[in-house]
Amino acid sequence: MNIGPVVTIAFRDLLKFIRDPVRIASTLIFPLIFVAVLGGSLERNLGSDAGYNFLAFTFTGVFAQTLFQSAALGVVSLIEDRENDFSQEIFVAPISRYAIVFGKILGETSVALCQGVALILMGFVLAVPMGVSQALALIPVALICCLFGGAFGILLLSNISSQRSAQQLFPFIFLPQFFLAGVFSPIKELPWYLEILSRISPLRYAVDLVRSVFYIDSPDKEKVVLTGFASNMLIISIAFTVAMIAGTWLFVRAERNR
Amino acid sequence: MEPIISVDNLVKRYKTSETNAVDGVSFTVAPGEFFALLGPNGAGKTTTISVLTTTLLPTSGDVRIGGRDVVSEAAAVRSQMGIIFQKPSLDLNLSAEENVRFHAVLYGLYPFRPTYSTMPQSYRDRVGELANVLGIEDEIFNKVKTFSGGMKRKLEIVRGLIHHPRVLFLDEPTTGLDPSSRRDLWQYLTVVRQTMGTTVFLTTHYLEEAEQADTVCVVNKGKVVALGTPAELTKTMVREWITVDAEDRSMLRAELTRHGFAFEGEGPFILSLDGRSAHATIRAIETPLTTIEVHKPSIEDAYLAIVEQERSKDEAA
Repeated sequence: MNIGPVVTIAFRDLLKFIRDPVRIASTLIFPLIFVAVLGGSLERNLGSDAGYNFLAFTFTGVFAQTLFQSAALGVVSLIEDRENDFSQEIFVAPISRYAIVFGKILGETSVALCQGVALILMGFVLAVPMGVSQALALIPVALICCLFGGAFGILLLSNISSQRSAQQLFPFIFLPQFFLAGVFSPIKELPWYLEILSRISPLRYAVDLVRSVFYIDSPDKEKVVLTGFASNMLIISIAFTVAMIAGTWLFVRAERNR
Repeated sequence: MEPIISVDNLVKRYKTSETNAVDGVSFTVAPGEFFALLGPNGAGKTTTISVLTTTLLPTSGDVRIGGRDVVSEAAAVRSQMGIIFQKPSLDLNLSAEENVRFHAVLYGLYPFRPTYSTMPQSYRDRVGELANVLGIEDEIFNKVKTFSGGMKRKLEIVRGLIHHPRVLFLDEPTTGLDPSSRRDLWQYLTVVRQTMGTTVFLTTHYLEEAEQADTVCVVNKGKVVALGTPAELTKTMVREWITVDAEDRSMLRAELTRHGFAFEGEGPFILSLDGRSAHATIRAIETPLTTIEVHKPSIEDAYLAIVEQERSKDEAA
């Protein structure tokens, strides 16, 4: 596979994002509301009882969720893209279908990573208790969350036939994960049935990975982190590999066979 | 000469459908030919063009572009064709140059570089030529959303030709364009055909655009219902007639009857030519005429006659 088309597809996604100020603003609105409003109110009302800072807890959860979901939905947009703008060209160009998949994941990862940097800056503005070293450590973890989200996206993409079914399916796929992954609600203790659902939620591992890095030297680590860095990385690596191989194979197989 | 496009008994049935969208279509297109595929909505035009452009797998049949199979040699087929889609295929927030650059890299003409200035000199020369052809030397780095509808279409065509495709597919290319942009676009395409010898495969619902085609293929309900030159189709499908009138209508009627001409009306009279030339028919009439109108059948008349004939057949069945 030639690298030129992969980089071109990825670069185009990034360029389109950077050139669209409305889109940039809209991707930051929801994290801002969650962190500032939800995180702020939880901290003021429950922070002292929980024994750790809820603003930081919500910020790290929303950080992982935003990047994971942004990359996943970006990849899924390939369904609609095939009938729009320059994307139509991509599907008829003499390039491998694998180049399309990898280019799209790389592109949406780059876009989500830009959002990650903006979220970190937003965290400082909202006075999330965060040191510079903690902020810097979030960047490589953000990359992992984005790639993981992209791989999850390709698995969804290979099983969804139209944009309409995608829109119908998404509330069932993403909304429960907000709560099962502990994005802004603690899940240290869960009933057994929710514990099972939580453990099969991919977002749980992205959120916990971010927290395991963010809280690495913090006394709150035991109260907040569920599994730890190494375990999360192992689970994410396995899930990423399976999703990439299965998703890409299914997508390439189904892409022209409608 | 080996055809550049050959379609043999193409069948496509979508997974969710119980009928064939394309049902045994066959035709060939010679290199350099201008081929027009016509048909009402839902006739199978888009499905056919999707299979030809390798974005859809056929259910059965053999489809080849430049001798290459669209299923097993899709990448080789793609490198031989340029496509102008029904929907605009430009990124409006990117510049014209960026839209051209991404296309050129995807077709393997140049290596990827993130900016124009870091692209090879040969690429920059080429972009200069394209901007010159389009007359947008000053706007080539402007965002495409600032361009007019006609200019965007022309940019797509210029971009689609940058890799010198042997076949240019145009899927309703002038939809949404004003008449002057449409005429301008067709003048440009005529020049392209003459200078580059590119085969043009067109679907359109502006039937006058198919008038210039070498071959017209009409599809209906997934089947080919007419195939031939525009002249052949109009000759077989539409009768030619002239309208004549005179101050002395009774004298004219008597003369037409004496000559054995079939006519309708009480004046003006509509005369079927029935293979005679309009010139010979008019010369035979001695009554002083006040009206002479020669009706030259167009491809639109032929198309409507074909579609009407198919509808009558369906109703009879």
